[in-house]
Amino acid sequence: MKRRDFVKYAGLGSGVLMVPSLLMGNDISAEALLNPGMDIAIKKKLADVALNTAKTLGASYADARIGRYLNQYVFTREDKVQNVVNTESFGIGIRVVANGTWGFASTNNVSDAGIKKATEQAVAIAKANSKIQKVPVKLAPVQSYGEVSWKTPIQKDFKKVPISEKVDLLLSANAAALKNGADFVNSGLFMVNEQKYFASTEGSYIDQDVHRIWPTFTVTAIDRENNKFKSRQAMSAPMGMGYEYMDGLDSEKLEGPAGFKLYRGSYDMVEDATVAAKQAKERLTAKSVEAGKYDLVLEPNHLGLTIHESVGHPLELDRVLGYEANYAGTSFATLDKWKMKNFKYGSDIVNLIADKTQIGSLGAVGYDDEGVKTKQWDLVRKGILTNYQAIRDQVHMIGQNESHGCCYSQSWNDVQFQRMPNVSLEAGTEKYSVSDMIKDVEKGIYIAGRGSYSIDQQRYNFQFGGTAFYEIKNGAIVGMLDDVAYQSNTQEFWNSCAKICDKSDYRMFGSFFDGKGQPPQISAVSHGSSTTRFNNVNVINTGRTI
Amino acid sequence: MAIYTKEEAKQIMEKALSFSTADACVINISGSESGNIRYARNTVSTSGHRSNQTLSVQSSFGKKSGTATIDEFDDESLKKVVRRAEELAKLSPENPEFMAPLAPQKYDEYLTFKETTANITPEYRAGVASSSIEPAAAKDITAAGFFNDSSGFSALLNSKGLFAYNKSTNASFTVTMRSNDGTGSGWVTRDFNDVNKFDASEASKVAIDKATMSREAKAIEPGKYTVILEPAASVGLLGNMASAFNARTADEGRSFMSKEGGGTKLGERIVDERVNIWSDPLHPEVPTSTWNSAGQPLKKTTWLENGIVKNLAYSRYWAKEKGVDPVPSPRGFIMQGGDASLEDLIKGTKKGILVTRLWYIRNVDPQTLLYTGLTRDGTFYIENGKIKYPVKNFRFNESPVIMLNNLEKLGKQVRINGNLIPYMKIRDFTFTSLSDAV
Repeated sequence: MKRRDFVKYAGLGSGVLMVPSLLMGNDISAEALLNPGMDIAIKKKLADVALNTAKTLGASYADARIGRYLNQYVFTREDKVQNVVNTESFGIGIRVVANGTWGFASTNNVSDAGIKKATEQAVAIAKANSKIQKVPVKLAPVQSYGEVSWKTPIQKDFKKVPISEKVDLLLSANAAALKNGADFVNSGLFMVNEQKYFASTEGSYIDQDVHRIWPTFTVTAIDRENNKFKSRQAMSAPMGMGYEYMDGLDSEKLEGPAGFKLYRGSYDMVEDATVAAKQAKERLTAKSVEAGKYDLVLEPNHLGLTIHESVGHPLELDRVLGYEANYAGTSFATLDKWKMKNFKYGSDIVNLIADKTQIGSLGAVGYDDEGVKTKQWDLVRKGILTNYQAIRDQVHMIGQNESHGCCYSQSWNDVQFQRMPNVSLEAGTEKYSVSDMIKDVEKGIYIAGRGSYSIDQQRYNFQFGGTAFYEIKNGAIVGMLDDVAYQSNTQEFWNSCAKICDKSDYRMFGSFFDGKGQPPQISAVSHGSSTTRFNNVNVINTGRTI
Repeated sequence: MAIYTKEEAKQIMEKALSFSTADACVINISGSESGNIRYARNTVSTSGHRSNQTLSVQSSFGKKSGTATIDEFDDESLKKVVRRAEELAKLSPENPEFMAPLAPQKYDEYLTFKETTANITPEYRAGVASSSIEPAAAKDITAAGFFNDSSGFSALLNSKGLFAYNKSTNASFTVTMRSNDGTGSGWVTRDFNDVNKFDASEASKVAIDKATMSREAKAIEPGKYTVILEPAASVGLLGNMASAFNARTADEGRSFMSKEGGGTKLGERIVDERVNIWSDPLHPEVPTSTWNSAGQPLKKTTWLENGIVKNLAYSRYWAKEKGVDPVPSPRGFIMQGGDASLEDLIKGTKKGILVTRLWYIRNVDPQTLLYTGLTRDGTFYIENGKIKYPVKNFRFNESPVIMLNNLEKLGKQVRINGNLIPYMKIRDFTFTSLSDAV
């Protein structure tokens, strides 16, 4: 598949998107995906070559990651299969600390000689850079775990499901959309398996098997006469699950307002495509919003992206410290605010949790990419900023001596660094349903799904759209709206958080291709929440005439 | 070494092709060597070197195609990759949009490779970092930057005998300079095929000056303002507009190029008549490959002439459907400029805002090409022909189509990300809110 096409296809239902061209690896057959890969005893022996070579050359620390990355992507439009892609990428990345400085090198020559050479390069880079290094690397202590393993708890391995079954499902969803008023529909299925082996001079040998899946579509309805077109994105979430996510179990469905069908741990793509087509068509004649202040009732598949941008990113410690200043930016959530211990990030009911363990989430692993056992921790508790996201070489800068376990690299070929864990809004403790959110709103908007998103480089000012908007008047939904976007300031927005549904409405949103770093790397991360109300938020009208 | 000569590349591909038993076969080979250095907090953070080579085979039986890729080029590997592509093709569903490979074409000789860039050393990269860090530290400023250089080749051979080869180099640099009191930020970007044209100290000074000048910005009301957009500020919006010059989505009624009742805006004036945009693979300042991945020759193509849409891109399939000649999408674009320098544009402005760059640009409405995003790293208020003071950053909601209808004056062209874009003065640019971000 060409990179250009990937951009086009991957952009269909994008949340926070970057193009993983480097991850594509080599095209292989579907059957070859089932090849078990290298034996674990051989991996251990090869990893030891890297660790021993590094130590011999004077490194004070070394880790080796032997990775096999398998991807299967299926793309269709209307009644056509556009592409089926199977790729495999295999190699080793070696990271060392020498003279108090990081060095990294990687190779796809996973032999004693290849590994030795890459390790020598990593040490040489570290020593060369140490001449301009001002502060030596300081690593937080980590336990030696010995030989351990972890697997995403899947029920159906996507690699064992025939391609024809996947193609049939996408084409059925497309047909349902076309039957219900859509003029065009693009759909795609992204499936990923990371087989990662980690070893470090701290004495850990960690074997992990990580699975992720993302079904998505864009349905478009057209009015040629008036030259209008409107789209609706899928209400699926990318998940840290196997192919069982596609089962569409009734037990995982929720009835949403305005005819919405909503999904937790199981997705009914055909049903969602049916609703999507009707909503895309309805949007062609929807009322254009009147700009002003509204109470917003935000559905989890929408709110997840707002959490990602306005909580997840600003609380990355490397951003706070300035390491990302030249790319994504820095953060308003500076250390002095955190040290105050009373910085009101949000209202009293706002509790935001970082988590690398939540089953079904994209970020869930047993150990991070520098061998730290994963955990859950508070970022904001009762509205107060309490912590950041940090890894082994950073955490001492905030006076802590235990890494948070959120180090990640997109492949064996790239150096690992701090990446966002799952960041989620805790469900409300009082029993509230979505109707309870809507019933006491005089003038408001219910916003669902992914739309346009933009936020400044310190994460103050943001603007978000959605994929469907419904007007709320005097406690009830009265009709569809168009041209809606809300603009706010992170702290002001989270302090306007008025009411949160209980856990029966809790669902995950996900970003499959979140981008960060130079050269850029992707990672996948989930954001859970229940439907939540924010009062008196500024809404603009985005309609224009050209 | 992952850079093969024309002859070496051809030999490997011919060998692979000799193993093909498919109805049609297309072979691509490419390789690159790249190095980078990254720094932040006035010290080096990471650096790396990457070497890649890959050969891909697309085999087709009728309208069924399969692609396989390999990074080893010995005979056995080549046999294996061809066999795998053929197996995949037989298992694949038919693609009704399949197009048979092109017959041999004539290509212009490429201008994209410069030996100087291919010879960059780790010491050179460290020197780039020092050229930023030292002057920054001396002025109570913190530098965070990234320099990346690459050299590579790509070649194409198909079963109809078409052969194409290109070699290219690129060096790109960005640096963000932040004042240590946290109130000022400046940024600069540079990119060249020939690294001899790059001066890290000059570029770093631009960013340092902006960081100093932008300290303690004042808040002014958002609204519609006359703006002077530096080329780095308009490239994002213009690039998004250029990529929407696509015939298929326009014909399908889902593009800003679609017309009421059907058809496209081809031949219509959509922006100010002083706007001329074209692509030219042989422009000495912004050369690109002279062929694309389908093997089509890339020639000078006019997209907007005197504000009128002259061409939309047609893929080979869509051109066949519509009974027209294919028009390949451009690799980069060139917008005609004028003689005015930035200083001239500022001098001629009574009230306005100078914008260094626009950031986090996202599409809000594909129907009108409405985009949102923010100013960043140096935004200044102009009054009576002079920069008066720095202003806080704004969020904008604007369409490049509306922007180019509100054109006041064009200035000199500058190379940005492989494109050539002029300084532009635009009236009524829409800022919708203020940001506290520095």
